Amino acid sequence: MLGKDLLGLYDTSAEDIVAILDTAVGMKKLLTQNLKKLPHLQGRTVTTLFYENSTRTRCSFELAAKYLGAGTVNISASSSSVQKGETLIDTGYTLDAMKNDVIVMRHPMGGAPHILAKHVRASVVNGGDGMNEHPTQALLDFYTMREKFGGFKGLKVAILGDIKHSRVAKSNLFGLTKLGAEVSMYAPATLMPQGIGQLGAKVASSREEALAGANVVMGLRIQLERMHGGLFPSLSEYNRYYGLSEEHLRYADPDCIVMHPGPVNRGVEFTSDVIDAPNSKITEQVLNGVAVRMALLFLLVKNRQEGEKNA
Amino acid sequence: MSERILMDEWAIARMLTRLAHELVEHNKGTEDLCVIGIRRRGEFVARRIAALVKKLYGADLPCAGIDIGMYRDDLVSGFFVPDASVNDLGFSVDGKRVVLCDDVLHTGRSVRAAIEAIFDLGRPARIELLVLCDRGGRELPVSPDLVGKNIPTSHREWLDLRLREIEGADSLGIRSEH
Repeated sequence: MLGKDLLGLYDTSAEDIVAILDTAVGMKKLLTQNLKKLPHLQGRTVTTLFYENSTRTRCSFELAAKYLGAGTVNISASSSSVQKGETLIDTGYTLDAMKNDVIVMRHPMGGAPHILAKHVRASVVNGGDGMNEHPTQALLDFYTMREKFGGFKGLKVAILGDIKHSRVAKSNLFGLTKLGAEVSMYAPATLMPQGIGQLGAKVASSREEALAGANVVMGLRIQLERMHGGLFPSLSEYNRYYGLSEEHLRYADPDCIVMHPGPVNRGVEFTSDVIDAPNSKITEQVLNGVAVRMALLFLLVKNRQEGEKNA
Repeated sequence: MSERILMDEWAIARMLTRLAHELVEHNKGTEDLCVIGIRRRGEFVARRIAALVKKLYGADLPCAGIDIGMYRDDLVSGFFVPDASVNDLGFSVDGKRVVLCDDVLHTGRSVRAAIEAIFDLGRPARIELLVLCDRGGRELPVSPDLVGKNIPTSHREWLDLRLREIEGADSLGIRSEH
């Protein structure tokens, strides 16, 4: 079963992924009824340690923790001792000494949560590390797909956009291939990482090829903050050659769903008619995110509790 | 495992009628009364009692089921996600005399949870407890006000109350391991 931490889906088993999704079903059922007062994390503390900006991930984790009864603390790098030069490991020791149970961490460098996890007693959850992984976003994407299609075997997922800088794309790829789905990707050559094909992705050579028969169409945000130098000429040109409108969706399966991890740049990755269409799951993804994060915190703390009992 | 039938459909009908009379007698009328059953079986008991009071006394008592999933005392010790639904009685319990109904009273833990659930919805004037069977084995200081039948059981015996709403016919059986 799930270990102390959740650092990435690259080293999470399909069984663990399914266990998290199964637990999230019960959580969503309660959430949709506005029942959000579970006692399982009472007396526990969940800290979000964010070295990068975030609204939805941080808010989603914080609410998930609160709905389970935990106390929450938020630390932003811009207003913490990081500014005074404290190292990540020392910050970890400090948080551990204050008896945190779970640390949710976002960091601009890939692998930072892995380093922290080695040095703290608390469970570490990766809330996005550089261009590496964003496992909980992928889990909520899986939840959304499974809710619609019932499973993953043979599911065709097309991921379009800034694959190179996207940790969401990588977590989705690692998880989906384990679950038996097919992932095709399309991006400008400058935004397609080398060697992604060896990790299991089918690299398409056109929008139409990527979308052909897709059950899930996922757009990714163009991450201007990570781009140094002209990787593509302009946003409008990007939209013209790589963005999606209703017209492009005709290449996908007629029953397809449209997803996006947000925040969406309207008129860049997707036109507004795609974002607001009935088969768009973008808002539903946000609700599923809270349910999945509740399930994850629930299972991590359940493991800790069982470990403490046996100790 | 052998089963013995303790009550048939007619005996249960007589018991329910007696309980409906006792309920009105005990409360000296039907004013401010409402009936709330613990889901799932207790809700059917509550609806039967309310229907009998209507038939015998012509009074329409507000009646509803209550879900205690979120109020169970083993959520953390057992560490599971409850399959609960939100409580919406359709009437206010503020200042009411609530008759809480269940099928079988055993440890008293469901009753404790139901009392907490009711207080999350308002502040009743009083809560009384009506049960069809009391099998003993209390683990909390809970005592019923109206009891259909007292059946002291050992921890190796189980009562099965079947209801026509669920099983198609009313009957009460007792099973034991030996």
